[in-house]
Amino acid sequence: MSAPQTSAIGGPATQGSAPITTTIRIRLRTPARLRNLELLLLLVALATSAAALALVDLGAVGEIDAAMFALCGIPVVLVLVLHLVERVVAPEGDPFVVPIATVLTGLGVAMIHRLDIAEGHDGWAAYGVRQVVWAAIAIAIAIAGLLLVRNHRVLQRYRYIAMFLGVVLLLLPVIPVIGETGANADVWVRIGVFSFQPGEFAKILLAIFFAGYLVTARDSLSMVGRTFLGLRLPRARDLGPILVVWVLSMGVIVIQRDLGTALLYFGLFLVMLYVATGRASWILIGLALFAGGAWVAARLLPYVAARFENWLDAFNPEVYDRDGGSYQLVQGIFGLADGGLIGTGLGRGRPDLVPLAESDYIIASLGEELGLIGVFAILCLYLIFVARGFRIGVAGQDDFGRLLAVGLSFVVGLQVFIVIGGVTRIIPLTGLTTPFLAAGGSSLVANWLIVALLLRLSDSVRQQPHAVVDGGGA
Amino acid sequence: MNKELRRVSVLILAMFLALCTSTTVIQVVQQESLQADSRNVRTLYASFSVERGQILAGDTVIAQSVASSDQYKYQRVYPQGELYAPVTGYFTLNGENTGLEGALNDYLSGRANEQFLDRLNAILTGQNPRGATVQTTIDPVVQQAAWDALGDLQGAIVAIEPSTGRILAMVSKPSFDPNLLAGHVQSDVLANYDQLLTDPTEPLVNRTIAGDLNPPGSTFKLVMSSAALSSGDYTPDSQLPNPPSFVLPGTSTTITNSGGSACGGGETTSIATALRLSCNIPFANLGSQLGYDTIHDQAVAYGFEDPDIQVPMAVTPSVFPEPESEAQLMLQSFGQGNDRVTPLQVAMVSAAIANGGELMSPTLLQRVTAPDLSVLQDFAPTVYGHPISAEVAATMTQLMVANVASGVASGARIDGVDVAGKSGTAQNGKDDPYTLWYTGFAPADDPQVAVAVLLEDGAGLGQHGSGNGNAGPIAKKVIEAVLNR
Repeated sequence: MSAPQTSAIGGPATQGSAPITTTIRIRLRTPARLRNLELLLLLVALATSAAALALVDLGAVGEIDAAMFALCGIPVVLVLVLHLVERVVAPEGDPFVVPIATVLTGLGVAMIHRLDIAEGHDGWAAYGVRQVVWAAIAIAIAIAGLLLVRNHRVLQRYRYIAMFLGVVLLLLPVIPVIGETGANADVWVRIGVFSFQPGEFAKILLAIFFAGYLVTARDSLSMVGRTFLGLRLPRARDLGPILVVWVLSMGVIVIQRDLGTALLYFGLFLVMLYVATGRASWILIGLALFAGGAWVAARLLPYVAARFENWLDAFNPEVYDRDGGSYQLVQGIFGLADGGLIGTGLGRGRPDLVPLAESDYIIASLGEELGLIGVFAILCLYLIFVARGFRIGVAGQDDFGRLLAVGLSFVVGLQVFIVIGGVTRIIPLTGLTTPFLAAGGSSLVANWLIVALLLRLSDSVRQQPHAVVDGGGA
Repeated sequence: MNKELRRVSVLILAMFLALCTSTTVIQVVQQESLQADSRNVRTLYASFSVERGQILAGDTVIAQSVASSDQYKYQRVYPQGELYAPVTGYFTLNGENTGLEGALNDYLSGRANEQFLDRLNAILTGQNPRGATVQTTIDPVVQQAAWDALGDLQGAIVAIEPSTGRILAMVSKPSFDPNLLAGHVQSDVLANYDQLLTDPTEPLVNRTIAGDLNPPGSTFKLVMSSAALSSGDYTPDSQLPNPPSFVLPGTSTTITNSGGSACGGGETTSIATALRLSCNIPFANLGSQLGYDTIHDQAVAYGFEDPDIQVPMAVTPSVFPEPESEAQLMLQSFGQGNDRVTPLQVAMVSAAIANGGELMSPTLLQRVTAPDLSVLQDFAPTVYGHPISAEVAATMTQLMVANVASGVASGARIDGVDVAGKSGTAQNGKDDPYTLWYTGFAPADDPQVAVAVLLEDGAGLGQHGSGNGNAGPIAKKVIEAVLNR
């Protein structure tokens, strides 16, 4: 063990058995500090969410909806239970991810509740009520996940099962009986009264698969091949995996008409491939493949072409007025513009004028009522969330865990970019949900599962008293 | 692996910076142009959801917002209905707002720059934003008197305070009830609007400042006399040719004076007499002597052809167009031909003469006050220009007093008060009804009001009405209403 720890312990009492004592002491002290920090942040997150919900009621109606507050007690209790469970099974888990997920979920609930008020939904028909219930379920599943997955390396064993399940989930929506054609793309599945977006779960499963696969295959993917113009090109037979993922992504575009999901999975794979192999040529090959595929799709598929036109020429009256045109996009931009720098205030704008304001356009709703300041705050929260995941990637010992942490956090960041970038016209709009904020059970459950996995991964990183970690810190 | 992670971190950072940039561009940089987009109904809904400020005439509320239970928190109400429709205009869901509702929308809806702190305050304190109150210059007594005096006739009345340019009365008939267009049920509003729009009497048109302009007839002789006297080459006694009838050069059109005879006795007649008896032939010859440019310059000095006169609604410019021939110039010289004027322009001519040659900019605006009663803007009188000198104004006043006392503008004569006036009876088509005018001011030595009365459609009398006989008494009632305040 290195010098700082010895000095931190110090004193003659530790003489003789210093290393062991050190380890024990660190284990006893640091976790409590991390969990206490988390508790503090969690209380701030809950207070912020409660304030947002109260402001929504006061701003839009003028009185507090006590029933809604009571209902919100359930996920609040559950998130506190999650915190307690962490103290036992993941005492050294990252202290930031749960508070961030909580405040984002809370803001989402507040805004969805606000839209319910504007649209006159109440009872079980209210998206906000359902979102609270889904939040409770999502947190409960996160608790279960944390309890069940005590060692993340187990996941590596199931990488091919994960792949299989992931691909099946991706293809589910196109199965006639249960597939449901949504407003934008076929990404919904309905079983009985239950409808969900399987793609949200597929992203976790695929991240597990990519991480597991790349850890074993990285050597052949990175070491062999010819160098051309300073780039080491892969062998033709090593191109297999990237081509498979590419075909899968293109299939999502063609069959499911969903550009966003395709971009999400392909981007996830590319970044994990790059991180695993360290070869920029993979990025170039991948981007060329995707751009080429998207270009061909834009030429051949009217749906994709229309998406591009909506994006590039949104304010053209002809594009604006036509069926499936840029009406929604432009209305969302109007909403954002109306918010301006400081926003209209919660409950005081007209976010309900945008179609799908509670799901795809939740960020436009929040931007309208919280202003640019609010949007920046939300973006910062996402950025910190992603950064915490990357931290695990930097500090972790086992490559599977590192890759998985990077993959899971990157997919959240990429999804935020695709959705908000679509709403603000950086890229063509696609029908993805904004993580934690948007209405939708599958999205909430999937993203809270990511929270559980990141907790598990970060806990493992700190639990291992490796000289690498400690020495690296010194 | 860590090197790659750093690079991917940079990528993530770049993606988020792109999002920060795009949201900043939308929410701050392009905010105003996006809000101004006509497809942005938020701006409309927002304006319907604020408690819009009142519009006042004196102490009389002529427009206000009352709480409503539907999706737009407030209902705009016009307690005085038709009477003030030309002033208030209407505030509607389905199109452009008119009148003060349109011209002062920023103030009334609380969105003017001066109200920024109030808006911020409203956001911070959670109050509903409220618009500013607009105090107009309209005197409700004069407005009512003018409304009553016009009766069921089709026409318009403008009364101006000459020393300030404040508009005391603005009446246009037939009028409409703005409440019909301020409803929240779109289909009803549209039905009402279509009905008003297709009404042949054009009730939606504010005839005082817009609409199909009318020829000024003999009221234009005020501009002619001003031009002649201002040129320095003429006095009231300058002689003009005085034949009983006159064939316009290059045509076979014969013009006569309104009586059909010469203007008083003699081969020639003075400008004073020609004006007093409102003779056409001497003025036709005066126009020919002065030339188009001199008359045109004088007309422009009075406000003709100025597209920027706003009260604060835009005023349709009155015109004295370049004639194609000498004959046209001579016709235009007594207010026929292609001359077209608004009642406001005619009142401005009288007001300038009344105010010693100084023309004040006409306005409906007195003051804008915030909900906390602090004054956002006080509209001080502003000078429009000096179309004539004080001397010419004094001479013109004498001539106009004589018009009323012993001339053909006697219709507005008031016992014990020197009224200065000029009537006008303009011909339209060969068989079309006349356009009847009367303009003037009183008292001549200390003018309190300048007025212009327009009667369209010959006051219902076809070609049998006269400016003096029909419009004169109406002007008299308006003047009396001001003097009796």
